[in-house]
Amino acid sequence: MSGRRFVVVGASLAGLRAVEAARKSGFDGPITLIGAEPHLPYDRPPLSKAFLDGADLPAFRGEEVLRDELGAELVLGTAATALDTTAGTVHAGEREFGYDALVIATGARARTLQGTDGLRGVHTLRTRDDAQAVRRALDAGARTVVVGAGFIGSEVASAARKRGRDVTIVEALPTPLVRAVGQTMGAACAALHTRAGTDLRCGVGVEAVEGAGTVERVRLTDGTVLAADLVVAGIGAVPATGWLAGSGLTLDDGVVCDETLFTGAPGVYAAGDVARWHNPMFGRHMRLEHWTSAAEQGAVAARNALDPAVAKPYSTVPYFWSDWYGSRIQFVGVPATDEVRVVDGGPGGDHFVALYREGDRLAGALTLNGQTQIMKYRGLIARGAAWTQGLEFAGRRRSAAMERV
Amino acid sequence: MKIIVDWNRCTGLGICESLAPGVFEVDDAGDLVLLSETVSDGDLEGVRQAVEGCPTEALRLEP
Ligand SMILES: Cc1cc2nc3c(=O)[nH]c(=O)nc-3n(C[C@H](O)[C@H](O)[C@H](O)COP(=O)(O)OP(=O)(O)OC[C@H]3O[C@@H](n4cnc5c(N)ncnc54)[C@H](O)[C@@H]3O)c2cc1C
Ligand code: SF4
Repeated sequence: MSGRRFVVVGASLAGLRAVEAARKSGFDGPITLIGAEPHLPYDRPPLSKAFLDGADLPAFRGEEVLRDELGAELVLGTAATALDTTAGTVHAGEREFGYDALVIATGARARTLQGTDGLRGVHTLRTRDDAQAVRRALDAGARTVVVGAGFIGSEVASAARKRGRDVTIVEALPTPLVRAVGQTMGAACAALHTRAGTDLRCGVGVEAVEGAGTVERVRLTDGTVLAADLVVAGIGAVPATGWLAGSGLTLDDGVVCDETLFTGAPGVYAAGDVARWHNPMFGRHMRLEHWTSAAEQGAVAARNALDPAVAKPYSTVPYFWSDWYGSRIQFVGVPATDEVRVVDGGPGGDHFVALYREGDRLAGALTLNGQTQIMKYRGLIARGAAWTQGLEFAGRRRSAAMERV
Repeated sequence: MKIIVDWNRCTGLGICESLAPGVFEVDDAGDLVLLSETVSDGDLEGVRQAVEGCPTEALRLEP
């Protein structure tokens, strides 16, 4: 396998896992890891959690491990700007990198609030630099406005409350998280904010973010004016595919891939938040922004890129978690809309389990502080369990719990 | 093979449980419980995946 060149673009979770998997699979040719950020690969979930509370954030691997043990050439602080799939080259900085196998792992970038360019105190939360700025502002006692009641925005609000600061969340939709968990459960999650003393305002938009050089206030579409020293936009992310314009790859809310993460161009595979691949588990294309799938896809894409003749499909039951006010929200599967049924606890309480039905299949499960249950549902969904099996399982758990009382 | 858990790292995310349900379980309080410390041959592949899949790198396998 030597003599061939393996290039990975995007030096974060999926990119790192691609490099590690290549070596684990016995590939001993040259590896180049190209990343736009100046930092060594680091973990993102802590950025809106422990890091905001003051914890350190070490890189996943030290520079020596990447260079010496994994034998990767590191090209950091350098964004790739073009891909030529005919010549088999990636352009980055002043250089051109030839590849025989390529993994695209450029992830996603945070959407920004329109008209806030250059205004100090307005941040997104995607990178270590973003998180550092938000943490510094929280340290300084900033009056905080979060725009968007999604998972990341909610975690920022939670961090602010943990420090005893007042915080307001402005959400344009009448109910938060509808796309992620549906109407009823979106409302159930939102209740956590209110109970923790966060001022959640739904169904109202941001008219303008104002200030002289530094943010001073947020003007809402209902005329309300909120004083603010820190504004965090948690309004979603878009796949980082700009550099692939003109490459001939199919781009449609991400790099479109088949079930083996193959893009259709010889040797080119994609992984992580940037990839929209066909997930055989649900028989449809999906693009996830979840830690677990990014890590796993990175490894699968590398192995497939290096040995396409035996490329394996990547099939998964999506999983993500989010930590709010000391509570853990976990979701597995897809948020199907045929039926959502709460099978344990109640939407107003500190614990619940909700199941999602698609046709006669169990398609998803959401828990609040249901750590001991969530993975059992993931197992059921992976085995293609029927809706009735999901309900029976829930029934057995309930009776077992009753007996224990 | 024996499983070593770094309890300072584990945050109870349960990915290990979904990969090797016979070996790992997260309890009601959100804490990981090892159902067995030694790994049978049948569980080995799942446990290997769990070691790799744990987001906090809290798991190790020792001979
Ligand atoms: C604040 C935050 C909290 C999160 N919390 C959770 C959570 O609790 N649970 C969960 O499951 N998931 C969570 N996630 C999602 C998870 O972190 C992502 O799914 C994961 O980081 C995706 O990894 P990736 O490698 O695909 O992409 P990314 O981590 O986005 O990395 C892509 C990298 O590529 C680089 N890049 C982009 N364009 C180029 C280019 N042209 N050339 C070179 N490099 C480029 C970027 O700079 C970046 O470093 C969270 C994400 C964030 C931001
Ligand atoms: S996957 Fe890791 S963090 Fe999660 S419960 Fe298992 S050991 Fe703990």
